[in-house]
Amino acid sequence: MTAVPTSWFLLLSAILFVIGAGGVLLRRNVLIMLMSVEMMMNAVNLTFIALSRHLSSLTGQIFVFMVMAVAAVEVAVGLAILIELNRLRATTDVDDVSSLKG
Amino acid sequence: MIIQSIWLAIAFPLAGLLFNGLLGRRLGRGVVGIVGPGTVALAFVVGLFAGLDLLALPAQDRAIVVTLWNWISVGSFRAGMSLLADPLSVLMVLVVTGVGFLIHVYSIGYMEHEEDRLYARFFTFLNLFIVSMLILVLADNYLLMYVGWELVGVCSYLLIGFWFRRGDDPQDPVRLKDGELVPVPANLNPADSGKKAFIVNRVGDFGFALGVFLIWTTFGTLNFADVFGAAPEIASGTVTVITLLLFVGAVGKSAQLPLYVWLPDAMAGPTPVSALIHAATMVTAGVYMVARSHALYALAPTTSLVVALVGVITALYAATIALVQTDLKRVLAYSTISQLGYMFLAVGVGAYASGMFHLTTHAFFKALLFLAAGSVMHALGDVIDIRRMGGLRQKMPRTYWTFVIGALALAGFPLTSGFFSKDEILAKAFEFSPILWALGLLTALLTGFYTFRALFVAFWGSARDQELFDHAHESPGVMTWPLILLAGLALFGGILGLPQILGVDHALAGWLHPAFADLEGEGAEAIHHGLSAGLEWGLLGLSSVIALLGIGLAYWFYVANPGWPADLAVRFKSVFKLLVNKYYVDDLYDLLFVDPGKALARFCAQGIDNAAIDGIIDGGARLIVQGGAWLGRLQTGFIRHYALAMFLGVIVVVAYFFLR
Amino acid sequence: MNSMDFPLLSLLLALPVAGAILVALLPRERTELVKGVAFATCVAALVLSLPLYFNFQPGVTGFQFEEVTDWIPGLNISYHVGVDGISLFLVLLTTLLSAVAVLSSWTAITEQVKEYMALMLLMETAMLGVFVSLDLFLFYVFWEASLIPMALLIGRWGGTRRIYAAIKFFLFTMAGSALMLVATIVLYLWGGGTSDLPKLLSSQIPAWLQVWLFAAFALAFAVKVPLFPLHTWLPAAHVEAPTAGSIILAGVLLKMGAYGYLRFALPLFPDAVPLFAPWLSILALIGIVYGALVALAQEDVKSLVAYSSVAHMGFIVLGTFALTPQAVSGAVLQMVNHGLSTGGLFLLVGVLYERRHTRLLKDYGGIWVKAPIFGSFFIITALSSVGLPGMNGFVGEFTILLGTFRVNVVYAAIATFGIVLAAWYLLVAVRRLLFGPLNPANTDLSDMNAREIAVMLPLVVFFFVIGLFPNLFFQKINPAVETMTSQVTQTRAVAEMSNE
Repeated sequence: MTAVPTSWFLLLSAILFVIGAGGVLLRRNVLIMLMSVEMMMNAVNLTFIALSRHLSSLTGQIFVFMVMAVAAVEVAVGLAILIELNRLRATTDVDDVSSLKG
Repeated sequence: MIIQSIWLAIAFPLAGLLFNGLLGRRLGRGVVGIVGPGTVALAFVVGLFAGLDLLALPAQDRAIVVTLWNWISVGSFRAGMSLLADPLSVLMVLVVTGVGFLIHVYSIGYMEHEEDRLYARFFTFLNLFIVSMLILVLADNYLLMYVGWELVGVCSYLLIGFWFRRGDDPQDPVRLKDGELVPVPANLNPADSGKKAFIVNRVGDFGFALGVFLIWTTFGTLNFADVFGAAPEIASGTVTVITLLLFVGAVGKSAQLPLYVWLPDAMAGPTPVSALIHAATMVTAGVYMVARSHALYALAPTTSLVVALVGVITALYAATIALVQTDLKRVLAYSTISQLGYMFLAVGVGAYASGMFHLTTHAFFKALLFLAAGSVMHALGDVIDIRRMGGLRQKMPRTYWTFVIGALALAGFPLTSGFFSKDEILAKAFEFSPILWALGLLTALLTGFYTFRALFVAFWGSARDQELFDHAHESPGVMTWPLILLAGLALFGGILGLPQILGVDHALAGWLHPAFADLEGEGAEAIHHGLSAGLEWGLLGLSSVIALLGIGLAYWFYVANPGWPADLAVRFKSVFKLLVNKYYVDDLYDLLFVDPGKALARFCAQGIDNAAIDGIIDGGARLIVQGGAWLGRLQTGFIRHYALAMFLGVIVVVAYFFLR
Repeated sequence: MNSMDFPLLSLLLALPVAGAILVALLPRERTELVKGVAFATCVAALVLSLPLYFNFQPGVTGFQFEEVTDWIPGLNISYHVGVDGISLFLVLLTTLLSAVAVLSSWTAITEQVKEYMALMLLMETAMLGVFVSLDLFLFYVFWEASLIPMALLIGRWGGTRRIYAAIKFFLFTMAGSALMLVATIVLYLWGGGTSDLPKLLSSQIPAWLQVWLFAAFALAFAVKVPLFPLHTWLPAAHVEAPTAGSIILAGVLLKMGAYGYLRFALPLFPDAVPLFAPWLSILALIGIVYGALVALAQEDVKSLVAYSSVAHMGFIVLGTFALTPQAVSGAVLQMVNHGLSTGGLFLLVGVLYERRHTRLLKDYGGIWVKAPIFGSFFIITALSSVGLPGMNGFVGEFTILLGTFRVNVVYAAIATFGIVLAAWYLLVAVRRLLFGPLNPANTDLSDMNAREIAVMLPLVVFFFVIGLFPNLFFQKINPAVETMTSQVTQTRAVAEMSNE
């Protein structure tokens, strides 16, 4: 059985990343933006793993664990902010929260 | 020998000052009144014994230096706390403490209406003055002399402003006297006068300080003996500059043209202060300084000429103003300026001993006149306008007769102390230049006139203000006894310096001779001036005639024909107005210095500090704040804008790496 | 006997910090205890600093009570402290004025006493550190550290425009010291990787670099002194600062600038001195005359005293750059004198402010009657500030002027004229505060109480001690000054010769 070529993984990863990035840029719902960020991160993870296999190096896989841990933390913090935001402003729309502008 | 402990003369009044200053208020006025004069009397005794000690020494050794401690030493600069006791300084010690003691005693009576606290404060300041003046005269170097020089200025400041509450509002009755309120004389504002005296003096001290600096850079020392010893080797130009600078200080301290303006205003102080500081002692410090520095002045003929000219012009100038003053103390103040002018004339023409002689007799008779004037003020509830007096000779006989003696001495009435000292100066001036002599003689005529004008108006005639007249009474013994003693001195003080042509020794010149021994022909022999006996008798006679003429004119104008002065004032209105306004010099100084100074101060504060400097700085700060606000608009607050910026940034970076 | 084995200076530095920590741990409500501990700490520091004077050897050149320990060994930066005749009396002045300042704020400070006292103590350590540091980086750390407590003191316990004043103070000083940091780093790199002052003094720095480095240092110090036209932060800070803050600010902080010239700028960059000395002297002269004139126009007593500081510090800088032993020794002594006299004036203004909550001259008048002790103290202090002989100010001013006269007659004459102006503005203040008829608003004014007298008394005693026995001070100051001036002038002479 021939293995799936690494380039396919990279292509998939790129597609996922672009979808995620588009979500961050275009959506206004904070929850969806968070999910988009997660998708971008997982796209990166996929790249890491693909290249890890391609290069027969474990470093990439270790990095993925690291990213997953950070992602978990980020989700925890992000969701906490989201809940507070919802409680304070009764909204999940980012455009309603712009008081830090210059 | 007590002369080794000459510092005791300073230590006693200093102890009295500390005692009265710290405890006086609690111990009551009885103790204060003993400690104050008592310590000055002790200082006088010390001076007396020091003088006897000096007499016991051979003439060339009559200069004792007592070093107390090494005061300042930095690098090559050394100045000691050391005192010099020689005939000159001991004479000054005796004058200061002697007259000072009598004035202290007088003050017990004069200040009796003050609160306990102020009474103690007054004697504290008075003792401080004695201490300062003794430091000035006993100093053995220019720095210590400068110390005394400044300290007497501060005492003068504090004492002129002693009644500091008076004056801003003429209607404000502030002084309680026998339970009744006494209105303040409107023309006196003690606090401002004190301030003016201090600042004008500081202008003079500015010159003195520069002179001291120049002495040090020239000679490498400030010590009198070393400076005078080295003086002949110094370029005469430098000596001229040094002496001129020192003389600027003397002009300020001794109230000569053009820095005399503070002295008439200083009359706002209590009268004993006017007598002690502004007539007898402090204002003569300049004369003493020139006499002390005679070794330098003798080498600087230009400066000496300046000194003599300033002296004689001031003498004449002040005498003309005194002609029209109506305030008894101001008449005396201008006469003090005028008499100081005589002293400077003397030291300017090189007659240092004659200057010191006049200084001494002037201390007697002018202190007497002021104290007598104070006695009048005391009796009349601080009224000093002679136009409100009149006929006081019946009410206050002791004051009157002592005033008469003082006035005679001031006018140069034959055989009084003032006659001999003034004549000696005039004779010396004649020898130097008949023009100076003529100006001096003219001043003598005016002196006789204005002195007796004040006397006749105040004491003769009938009462002009009946209420005041009824209130008047002779002062207590504690005030009149000093008057009587001073009257004795004013009358007979002349025996200190009888002219040589009478065939007796000039006692004072003989005493001072060791101090002036370095000057050829000075001292005891100096009285043999180059004038023939006949000429000298002639001058003596002429002075007598002039003095009598002045007195006679005053009698003619103010007793025989009392309507004349008013007529004259109307006829020569512009001259009269000029004199009454003191030649507008005060106004001129306000216009030239005070007002521009204040305007410049305001301009610096508002124009430069607030507007220019802070304007630039606050403007810079505002510029930064505004720039920040402008840049802050980039922060829209929309997360997607930030994210877009990030992506664009990534693209730019990636593109850079690809296209590189 | 030099106490090489006993770390006196380190203990002195640590003591106020320890006190500050202790104060911070005390319960907030026990304000009396807090004040007591803070004051006790200051007194302990004062006592601890006394052996510095008594064991100081006047004949020894170089630094005494030196301590050297590695601090950042990798960068060859050490903890190096020590004193010489120039810094000795500034250390003593700091410990004295800190105690005075703490005692003076006993009733004036009512809010957040704990924080206030802790900051005062931290301030003391920072100031002491500035004066004893012999390592450039250590000096820089203390220099900046002294900034923070003072800005907080002004910003928290100050008057109505306190925030403006605190920020102005902070920014001015920071702007100067940022340049100084850059210069320090350049010097460190150029001087062979050491920031140790004695080592740097013997290293050869090219003349062109000296000019730049001197400029950077001089600017930082000029802000602190402050020299015209960099002085406008001072009146703002003084007017808004609490009394104790003003005492410390005028008494010690300004001295850091003048000290910086003497300790660092002059000995490190002697070749640059001839280029800058005339300019700095002229700025000092402008400060003397200008400060006096502006003081004359002030309505607020505190800003009057603040501008008088500009004038007085001008004398010190003038003396410093005259570079004759008399002028420099006089400048060092005058730093102490100014600290005592101006500190005293601020203290007395604080006494009035605490009672009447106004500092405007027009609100007073004739109060010598109501407050005789206050009046006497005020007159004595004002006269000391005017430079009356027999008191401290005279000795300092006289020696400065004497030393300046030797090198430049015109400078000395202008500065001497400044003394006339000083008499003018201070006597105007005395006149309007104390003299004249009593302003009815002050009929209930109470005189100084025992604590306030106790605060003033040591200052007044020193006015006279320094005035009458200045050699107690000069004998310790002179050797260090002579070493410094001869170094600077000799190097200069050598440089001039090699140029020819």
